[in-house]
Order: sequence, then structure tokens, then C-alpha cells
Amino acid sequence: MSVFESLRLSLHANGGVLALAGVMLFLPFLLTSDFHYRVIALVWIFSLAVVGLNILMGHTGVVSLGHGGFVGLGAYSVAVGPVLLGIPVWLSLLVGVLLGGFLALLIGKPLLRLKGHYLAAATLGFGILVFMLFSNEVRWTGGPDGMSVKRLNLFGWEVRGAQTWYWVGAGVLLVGAWMARNLERSPTGRALQAIHGSEVAAAITGVDVAGYKLIAFVLSALYATAAGAMMALMNGHVTPGIGDFLVSLQLLTMVVLGGMGSLLGAVVGAALLLVLPQFLTVVHDYEHAFIGLILIVCMIFLRSGIVPTLHARFRKYQ
Amino acid sequence: MSEFLQFILAGMTVGAIYSVVALGFTMVFNASGVVNFAQGEFVMLGGMLTVYGMALGMPYSVAALFAVVATSLISVALYDFAIRPARGAPVYALIIITVGASILIRGLTKIAFGTGPRDLPPLLGDEPVRVAGAVILPQSMLVIASTLAIYLCLWLLLQKTLLGHAVVASANNRMAAQMVGIDVDVMTRFSFSLSAAIGAFSGILISPITLVSYDMGTMLALKGFAAAILGGMGSPLGAILGGVLVGLSEAMSAGYLSSQYKDATAFVIIILVLFVFPNGLVGKSGHERV
Repeated sequence: MSVFESLRLSLHANGGVLALAGVMLFLPFLLTSDFHYRVIALVWIFSLAVVGLNILMGHTGVVSLGHGGFVGLGAYSVAVGPVLLGIPVWLSLLVGVLLGGFLALLIGKPLLRLKGHYLAAATLGFGILVFMLFSNEVRWTGGPDGMSVKRLNLFGWEVRGAQTWYWVGAGVLLVGAWMARNLERSPTGRALQAIHGSEVAAAITGVDVAGYKLIAFVLSALYATAAGAMMALMNGHVTPGIGDFLVSLQLLTMVVLGGMGSLLGAVVGAALLLVLPQFLTVVHDYEHAFIGLILIVCMIFLRSGIVPTLHARFRKYQ
Repeated sequence: MSEFLQFILAGMTVGAIYSVVALGFTMVFNASGVVNFAQGEFVMLGGMLTVYGMALGMPYSVAALFAVVATSLISVALYDFAIRPARGAPVYALIIITVGASILIRGLTKIAFGTGPRDLPPLLGDEPVRVAGAVILPQSMLVIASTLAIYLCLWLLLQKTLLGHAVVASANNRMAAQMVGIDVDVMTRFSFSLSAAIGAFSGILISPITLVSYDMGTMLALKGFAAAILGGMGSPLGAILGGVLVGLSEAMSAGYLSSQYKDATAFVIIILVLFVFPNGLVGKSGHERV
């Protein structure tokens, strides 16, 4: 295989990531205010969590109604660490993400033995439990009023401002997306897809179903925790709402709308769900109802989501 | 001791509501194989629509009837527009659909009736009754009694009437039921509407005690689900027992451990039950067929 050939293959494999990078570079020409930058920065950060959730849902077929809990954990790690424990922000960020992964490992082992509705209910309960913790432990979290977050400071450079977060969010998302894409094409990714197809069949061909599900769960938790920490750092303030049930459902809706298992779909889903309410006030007022409607309509008429559906259509015409 | 009794009474009252939610889960699950995560919203709608009806000037009883009928219709609409078109869909799709329905109902309620909690007047006055050193509201007794009545009526319906037999037959084996001339779709619709009706009815009765707010459904669904699996998913008697047990353990943990974390009890129960008794207390074991 020549250098060019392998380069071509790699380009083909990472086409989605490259397209995303292109959009990230081009988009600032269209953004005219800090507010726009903020919204898109939020899209990148949410997309990161959605890319992670997609590893769990899209590739493995496990529905989680509690990933908001991990988002909240990440957010409160960077809030509580520096303010109450005197840990530097960057270290809190790191510890927070690791904590998210560790918690996922801890609860994932028993939870993932459950299936279908039972697993969904258990994850829902987990999310609510974490939310309860943040609302009730006033001494640590400031309760429902929340607490302020120290800014991230990297080598004397303070990370703040909408434009800065646009690029930081974009960079982290690219890395996350690229890793997810590589995972998808690795033996682990194929094992996860086999589990999605049929757990029994996967087990018969020698796939360690429980083990791989746990891997997917922990990875998705790492992504969600990182996204939560970035959200808190960007906003400079956290409240328990950052990880509530609605956030879990938002993430779920983004996965479903964009397309389960589709990398670009994750970004498209996040963008639609976050940008639309900014322009259509109707959508903003009816946010809960809107999310509910999207979930139902997608599952009935567009079960594979926007991006995979368009992709299939495009192929057909070719 | 009187404190203990007080917790028991409190637990029985909330437990009665969890029983009804669990009963709703069970009926819909038996009829369609779907766990309807919007079950808690039906309880909320019962209370909310009654408040709305009374605000429109209806007398209590008419408003309550309106609420129950409207909630049943919403449930039938949920079946016809969201669940029936997705027949044969994988489990994850059905979960997402009912969760979507739950948040849709919640969102519309929020817009229509606002976010503040609403209140209904108690039916039997608000003078507490003393029982061996503990107090119980007459409304609580009404809630507990009506839950028992609902169970009894349901039992009679399913065991003693032709309609009930048709429901059971459809739940048991769709195709066989169809072959003996039962309209399975109608029976499933009936189960959906009945599960919503009993939910709404209990919602009306519990509103004077717990108030009713647009976002109470998720928690009720979670606890009702805990109750349903504690009793063994699919068993009506199990649903009742499970609800009371969840209510009691919640009241005990609120009383003796932490009132802030009483809501965590349901989650702990879900986890424990699924590991210790995967088929519930009264459930039957089964195998997944490939």
C-alpha cells in the first residue's frame, strides 16, 4: 500500500471529522456577535457529550436516560474542586473526568446486567439521584442557587469569552470525534455493533457482551463529564439544572434526531436542538413539548435519524 | 411507637398512589408489551385537569369526571398515534416513544397551566383522625380505600366479565385471541384508557394531600416502576403490594434516615429487586426466545 493509498483510506475513514473541521473553520464568517459564538460553542460542547452517548446508544443499543447525571458531575467537579478544596482548575477538570469514568465503572457493572425497560428506568433513577445530590448538599454545591466557577487558567492564559470557547470547544470536539471514529472502526467498535445487532448472537461468536457494554458506558460517561466540565467553565456558574432529567433527554433527543451511530448526526442533532430555539421563540417556549414530539416522531418515521437517512438517499441517487 | 405508626400511615398513603401507577404499568405492559413511561403523567393530568375544570366553573364531580375521561382519551391517542404505528419496533424505540410522550405531556401542561403547584379541596374535610397516637387525614383513608376498590373492580372485571376475559386473552396471545374473534386492537386501546383512567382518578384523590404540579409525573413513574418490578412486572396483585412496600420503605427512610433523600429509596429498590428477585415477589420466571 503506497503512502497515498493509506492517506486516501484514512481520509475516507475520517471524512466526517474533516468535514466537521471544515465547518468549524468556515462558520466564523457567518457569526456576527458574541451571542452567536456562545450558542455555537455550546453546540460543540453538547456535541461532545452526544458523540459519547452515541457510542453507548448508537453502537451498542443501550438507552440511557441518566447521562445528565454525568454532565452534572463534570460541571460540579470544576466548580467544587477549586473553590472549596483549593485544587487547581485544570487538575479539577482532569480529576472530574476520571471521577466520571470511575463512577460509570462502579455503577455500570450492576446496571448493565439489566436490559431494555429495566435498564432505562435504572439510568433514569441514577440521573435523578445525582441531581438530588447537587440540590441537597447545600454545603458543597450551594443547593438550588448553584455556585460560581473559577475560570480555567492555562499557563497564564485565562480561557474566557465566547470566541475563545468556540475554538476550545471545537478543538476538543474534533479530538473526541476523531477518537470515537477510530473506536468505531476498531475490533472494539465492531464488537459493540455486534451487540447492537443481537446480544445472543454476539455472545455466541465470543464477544464479551457485559465487558464491552461496560466499556461503552464508561467511555460515554467520560465524554459527558468532560462536556459538563466545559459547560461550567464557559458559563462561570453552575446550578443543579445543568445535569437534570431534561438534559438527559436533550442528549437522548440529539442522538435520535441526528442519527443513532452517526458521528456527524451527533453534531447535527445538537445543532438543531440548540440553535432552533434561538431563532424560533415558539420552539423556545415549548421546549419540553418540542423535545417530546421530536422523540416520538423520529422513532416512528425517521428511526435511523437525519444524517443516515440523507446518506442513504444520496447513495441511491449515485 | 406512635411515631412508627405515623410513618406507616404516611407510607400507606403514598404507597397507594404508587400501587395505582404500578397497576397502570402492569395493564399496559400486559396488553402491549410496552412499559409506558408516561404513566406518571396520567396521575398529574387527573389532578391538573380537575383544577382546570373547576376553574372553568364545573362542580367538583363534573370536573373530576372530565379529567378522568380526558386523560383516558389522551392515553388512547398515545396508543393510536405513537405506539401502534411503531409496532414491532425494537425495545429502545418504544422506550424513547413513551419517554417522549411523557415529556410532551409535561411540556404542554406547563404551558397551559403554569409551573406553580395546584391544590384541590379535600373531599372529607381536613380534620385529622387520631389513631393510637398517630394522626391520619380522612383524605388519606379515602386514597387507601379507593386503591383497594380499584383493585377489586379490576379483579372482578378481569375474572368475571366477558370483556375482562377478552382483555386477558389478548394480553396472553394476540394471535389466538384474534382467531377467536376478539378485536385485539380495541382491547389494547381499552387497557390504555383504563390504565390512564385509574391513574387520573388517583391523581384527583391525592392532589389535596401532595398538591399537583406539572413535573410530578417523572418521579411517580420511577416509583410506580419500582413498585411494578418489586411485585413482578405484569402481576396486578404484585403491583398493589409493590406500591405499598415502596411507599412504606420511603416513609421509613424519610422518617429515620433522611427526608431529603427519601426519593432515592425507589432507585435503591429497583436495583436491589432486579438483583435479588429478578422476577419480582409474585412474578413468574421466563426465558428470552431468540
